[in-house]
Amino acid sequence: MLTMIPQLVIGVTDLAAAFLFMYGLKRMSSPVTAPSGIFVAGIGMLAAVLASFLYVFNVSAAAKPYLIVNVSLALVALVLGGGVAWWGGRKVAMTSMPQMVAIYNGMGGGAAGAIAAVELFGGNAHGATQLVVTLIGALIGSVSLSGSLIAWAKLDRVIKKPLRVMGQQALNGLVMLATLAVGGYIVYVMQSGASPLITMPDLIGLFFGCALLFGILMTLPIGGADMPVVISIYNAFTGLAVGLEGFVLQNPALMIAGMVVGAAGTLLTLLMAKAMNRSVSNILFTNFGAGGGASKHKHSDIKGSLKPVEAADAGIFMRYAHKVIIVPGYGLAMAQGQQKLFEFVKLLQAADVDVKFAIHPVAGRMPGQMDVLLAEAGVPYDLIFQLDDINDDFADADVALVIGANDVVNPAARTDKSSPIFGMPILNADKAKKVYVIKRGDGKGYADIVNALFYADNCYMVYGDAAAVLAKMIEAVRGLGLSAAA
Amino acid sequence: MEFQITMTGFVAVYIFMLAGFAGWVIIGGVPAILHTPLMSGSNFVHGIVVVGGLFALLNASTVPEQAIGFFAVLLGAGNAAGGYAVTDRMLAMFQTSGHKTKHAKHSQAKASHAKKG
Repeated sequence: MLTMIPQLVIGVTDLAAAFLFMYGLKRMSSPVTAPSGIFVAGIGMLAAVLASFLYVFNVSAAAKPYLIVNVSLALVALVLGGGVAWWGGRKVAMTSMPQMVAIYNGMGGGAAGAIAAVELFGGNAHGATQLVVTLIGALIGSVSLSGSLIAWAKLDRVIKKPLRVMGQQALNGLVMLATLAVGGYIVYVMQSGASPLITMPDLIGLFFGCALLFGILMTLPIGGADMPVVISIYNAFTGLAVGLEGFVLQNPALMIAGMVVGAAGTLLTLLMAKAMNRSVSNILFTNFGAGGGASKHKHSDIKGSLKPVEAADAGIFMRYAHKVIIVPGYGLAMAQGQQKLFEFVKLLQAADVDVKFAIHPVAGRMPGQMDVLLAEAGVPYDLIFQLDDINDDFADADVALVIGANDVVNPAARTDKSSPIFGMPILNADKAKKVYVIKRGDGKGYADIVNALFYADNCYMVYGDAAAVLAKMIEAVRGLGLSAAA
Repeated sequence: MEFQITMTGFVAVYIFMLAGFAGWVIIGGVPAILHTPLMSGSNFVHGIVVVGGLFALLNASTVPEQAIGFFAVLLGAGNAAGGYAVTDRMLAMFQTSGHKTKHAKHSQAKASHAKKG
């Protein structure tokens, strides 16, 4: 009786949690219901964590003497890990969001790996199936942990250049094979009872070492521009690892939540790769997004010249335009110019200018990050349009205002077969009657490709920091209004 | 009566298949505008791993098991709490243009437009 009721409570709570996770994710499919979606999922999480303390009624005989210590450790770990992460998540700037997601994702992968380690060291995994699943979960979780940390380091510019050496693919392959071999040997030894060449704990340690090393080696050569896709892959990996460890622990909530995230993360990864017109394997195994070296592009092919204009003139021109489409990119976020941009947009709207935002699927450092950054500045989301919905509108727009975006408006993606971004869907900013590009300098985009748009006849460059340029535009348009009213 | 759940062999595979399909369908309907919050939201959901960590830690009977179990709960709690904090912050920012207060500026700008024209 004493063990039955806790089991029932845990079972019902975990069932409810699994339901709430899926219902919560479903509610996130619309901006209107999305905030309640995460709340619903949060309740599920809280309930599941609280209920899991009921495990104390069913602990194994061997663990009974350590129960008080273990419960104290659990409480300390929850408060410490949860508290620090909560504080970090509340405090971090919105522009650094992808890094934070990478870190939290790595933590999940690490937790899955650690659970596998406990099961392996404790010899709790019985039977070949359980053992193999534990090891696979451990491998995926470890790769996700070390890979996510490298992704974080790259996004945070701790590691600035992709690291590439000769024969890297072969090296990675060897490390992967070594990991699998050690894993296979562990299964063999545990199943046959043969005495291993080195002690079992060492063997398990070696397995985790190889898996972690593989995660690092696999992520190092990938360029910073591709990190969002990489994080999305590792997000799916962590989900998968959690699901597999859920099977080992015979916990259906972990199995369901893990597999839902595994599938969702996979789909999200494919959507992102599609938006960049590249395959996932192309991102993982070819050296694009280099930020150096890859820019062998012939400058001479591009006709025309760069035509700089004053910020004030550009601002005033837009004030008298009928339709303006704004293409924001990461440069805007870097300059912290979202607030100024929205202020400028409100001025234009007040002057009866039809203003819309066009967002490329991979604008920013993470799909949809631009939407979040604009939302943070207070831009209503019904002014924000995605690529497919707005691309035809450029043809009858008076002005396309490109701010800190580059590759996503490069017409070379449509025309130049030799361009690395050929075939990527782009925003047709070049089709607008006039294009203003706010840019810090003549530098190339993240993918390091010369942009033909900037040299086009209808394109004018406004040089400067996005926030400063927008401030000048606001001043110019305000000045107009006042002098006219006086 | 026993409430201990056991899932072996094909039952587990069925659960994985159905859950995977559910995840695919649920995310399939999400607009691009929500991709970042969604990635963060699904990142939060796999924070449920903390429950597995708690199970492992509470059943630990040796010092290495306790240490690794502590580590698992620590990381899992970080995943869950951080994922929630970040997702919640992002989603709270989405709002419609329902509450605009630009009418005063609007008329002023219109007047200036008329004069210039």
